[in-house]
Amino acid sequence: MPEKVRLNVTVNGVAHDVLVEPRTLVLDFLRDDLDLTGAHAGCEHGVCGACTILVDGEATRSCLMFAAQLDGAEVRTVESLASADGALHPIQQAFTEEHGLQCGFCTPGMLMATVELLEHTPLPQPDDVREALGGNLCRCTGYQNIINAVCAAGPLVAASQGTATTRTEGVAA
Amino acid sequence: MKPAPFDYVAPRTVAEAVDHLGRHGGDARVLAGGQSLVRLMNTRLATPAVIVDINRVEGLDAIAVENGSVRIGALARQRAAELSDVVRTAAPLFAEAGSHVAHPSVRRRGTVVGSIAFADPSAELPAALLALDGEAIVSGPDGERTVAAADLFTGAFATSLAPGELITAVRVPRETAPRSGSAWVEVSRRHGDLPVCGAGAVVTLDEGGAIASARVALCGVGATPVRATAVEEALTGAEPTDDAISRAADRAARDLDPPGDPHGSADFRRHLAVVMTRRSVQRAAERAREGAPNA
Repeated sequence: MPEKVRLNVTVNGVAHDVLVEPRTLVLDFLRDDLDLTGAHAGCEHGVCGACTILVDGEATRSCLMFAAQLDGAEVRTVESLASADGALHPIQQAFTEEHGLQCGFCTPGMLMATVELLEHTPLPQPDDVREALGGNLCRCTGYQNIINAVCAAGPLVAASQGTATTRTEGVAA
Repeated sequence: MKPAPFDYVAPRTVAEAVDHLGRHGGDARVLAGGQSLVRLMNTRLATPAVIVDINRVEGLDAIAVENGSVRIGALARQRAAELSDVVRTAAPLFAEAGSHVAHPSVRRRGTVVGSIAFADPSAELPAALLALDGEAIVSGPDGERTVAAADLFTGAFATSLAPGELITAVRVPRETAPRSGSAWVEVSRRHGDLPVCGAGAVVTLDEGGAIASARVALCGVGATPVRATAVEEALTGAEPTDDAISRAADRAARDLDPPGDPHGSADFRRHLAVVMTRRSVQRAAERAREGAPNA
């Protein structure tokens, strides 16, 4: 058996010091080792986006990354969105109000991709949403209600934070 | 779905990475962004015994102008390159081609160099490197060498790298000539899919407005990305009229023997090679006339 890899990682604000087998995908580490089953195992080869989480703030397909790569990283999953008392995050609220889901299988990935989008682009237009969420598949909604939900979520998130975040996409060259 | 077991090493320097690769040869694979490799490992199309994760190597993520070239390091993410002012102004074809690669969340992890080293014959960035007359900077057990794009791609998913070698950066000449322009165009079945066929063109006009030089590279039409040399020859010295460009582009399919698959038959790919060539050259020539290297 290959040697296990020692890992210090923060997931939804909780620090973990664990040993993982090198071939363990981040997706399986979250679901099987940490019992965080919000990120969904859809295609498991990077096509559907249902397993999207945030790694150091960046939307990442957790089926295309090994847990061993997470040493020192900060991970956020869909479980980080709602409050402990069950109150929905504004993005979840918008998806509910705009009927941005039916079966809900793709929703964790949609929500986390939306978190990232709104951090870069607080008030997205429909085309911004299409570009940012283009890699997340949904077989129920036909997408239009998801786009509506994300556009509606922008002002809700900004209002809940007092001000909109202004982190920009630009990369120092 | 589980990858086959492997040993994991995360070197801190290029020398360490090359040492690991040299020791394990063909049993080792380099892990950068992982957006192609991990997919293959999940489906067990790839079962490397050792994964050399280069993400902890310092300094490989730089994108910079260096001696008249643009240098993109092995850990520069596709999204970073696409949004980089340096790439947009000095190698705009790379930025435009890069914006067609998969989706933003994939480009945020996937690397430019990884896509080139993976050498998918349908992918945008290897063809863009070829159109730009770029080169790969390769580290190996015997030191560093450079490999011209024309000598890099040897077959589908195959490069001329020896076991134990690592591409640490790619370099493309800085697009500085006045009256030059470039363009990438492609046809894909769905937004974000690999193109059925794509073309990148770089056109430079002379003072009189005729085409002084043209370079065109195509993807999706063979085992490797290919330069459309017959088209380039026909364009050189020609006026950049729609008619002249169309006649030159008709030569694009001449020497091609593309594979047919469910995404496109061989005939359709030959047809697309002509159309993509024509559109990319027309757009590049327009941009050259406007004096703006990028869109």
